[in-house]
Amino acid sequence: MYQTTYHRPSSVDEAASLFTKGSDAKYLAGGHTLIPVMKQRLASPSDVIDLGKIKELVGIEPTGDGIMIKAATTHHDVASSETVQKALPALAYLASLIGDPAVRHRGTIGGSLANNDPAADYPAAVLALGATVKTNKRSISADDFFKGLFSTALDDGEIITAVSFPVQAKAGYAKFNHPASRFALTGVFVAKTPAGDVRVAATGASQDGVMRVPAIEAALKANWSAAALDNVKISADGLMNDIHGTSDYRANLIKVMAQRAVTAAG
Amino acid sequence: MSTVKLTVNGKAVSAEVEDRTLLVHLLRDHLNLTGTHVGCDTSQCGACVVHIDGRAVKSCTVLAGQAAGSTVTTIEGIAKGNELHPMQAAFRDNHGLQCGYCTPGMIMSAIDIVHRHNGNLDEATVRHELEGNICRCTGYHNIVKAVLDAAGRMKVAQAAE
Repeated sequence: MYQTTYHRPSSVDEAASLFTKGSDAKYLAGGHTLIPVMKQRLASPSDVIDLGKIKELVGIEPTGDGIMIKAATTHHDVASSETVQKALPALAYLASLIGDPAVRHRGTIGGSLANNDPAADYPAAVLALGATVKTNKRSISADDFFKGLFSTALDDGEIITAVSFPVQAKAGYAKFNHPASRFALTGVFVAKTPAGDVRVAATGASQDGVMRVPAIEAALKANWSAAALDNVKISADGLMNDIHGTSDYRANLIKVMAQRAVTAAG
Repeated sequence: MSTVKLTVNGKAVSAEVEDRTLLVHLLRDHLNLTGTHVGCDTSQCGACVVHIDGRAVKSCTVLAGQAAGSTVTTIEGIAKGNELHPMQAAFRDNHGLQCGYCTPGMIMSAIDIVHRHNGNLDEATVRHELEGNICRCTGYHNIVKAVLDAAGRMKVAQAAE
């Protein structure tokens, strides 16, 4: 790892101010992507600004129509939160599948979303649930947040402060994980709003990162059941094709994972 | 360089380290606590697991500065004098190690697993929970036996306190 300067601000405003002073600063939340990347010398930030100890960034609160998870809340705390388990059990389940226990003790929802790894779990939930990403400057809808591989709508220096999730009539997640990395070879989150709208998002599949799956959404809107997807065809165009799986394989996984997610959602 | 102050195995410690120093190197190189191992150095193998404020974490993926002000427990801090921690005793009695390289991380993860499940474990749960700890010798069989054995011993020890 190259030399860097570590900062531990105690507020979001202080963190944002430190960011503007660094020549090439990076925010650190759980550090479970940034530190490995720094160790490989693929990143060499001048300054590392730790958001993990900022009290206003940690916690889970019920809201009028759902829950708000603050950005530096760990995967472990989301997975084991009674508030999340009650309001959105599929989201608690998703968090319980990320990495391994020690990783879940450090990794955070805000860090995962800001990084937008194409095989990360949280982007699927945020997109399928129509969540709102709150930052120190504004609110960004899930549909506007994800901008392709490792890219988001965040401006340079902008900090995610929380994510608001609306409750659903039904929601489920299923993931076919890579046996070594635990990342999603393909993961699918399905959700049905109280008004009957259906949103489905797949992670780990597309070359452009997390994506909606309109064919599955239409089929589930007409008939919310795993069997309704039996004859749905998913195009392999634009899907990842690598040593772990061909694009055709991933296209099939999208359907199979969606079916499992619907079954899990009930 | 920064001065990092934290509590390690019950003792207040202070070390002057570069900001890029990882917690595992602070422990091994500055505090001479070499029981915590670096296996893969890529957050996968779990040989470096320690507890920060009671939670199992991979100390190769935590900056020393991130641990400042925290309470860290390493494999050196769990025995009571000459009396092994019940998890250490169970690993010895069940032959839960061969070369021993992964053992400190296995034991620190396993103690965390028992705590999080209040000692109520079955084989499938232990195998699933240990997925972040890699052993290349044992095939895990005796490690799983040791963790289940220790879960019972830790319950008894807790009841006696």
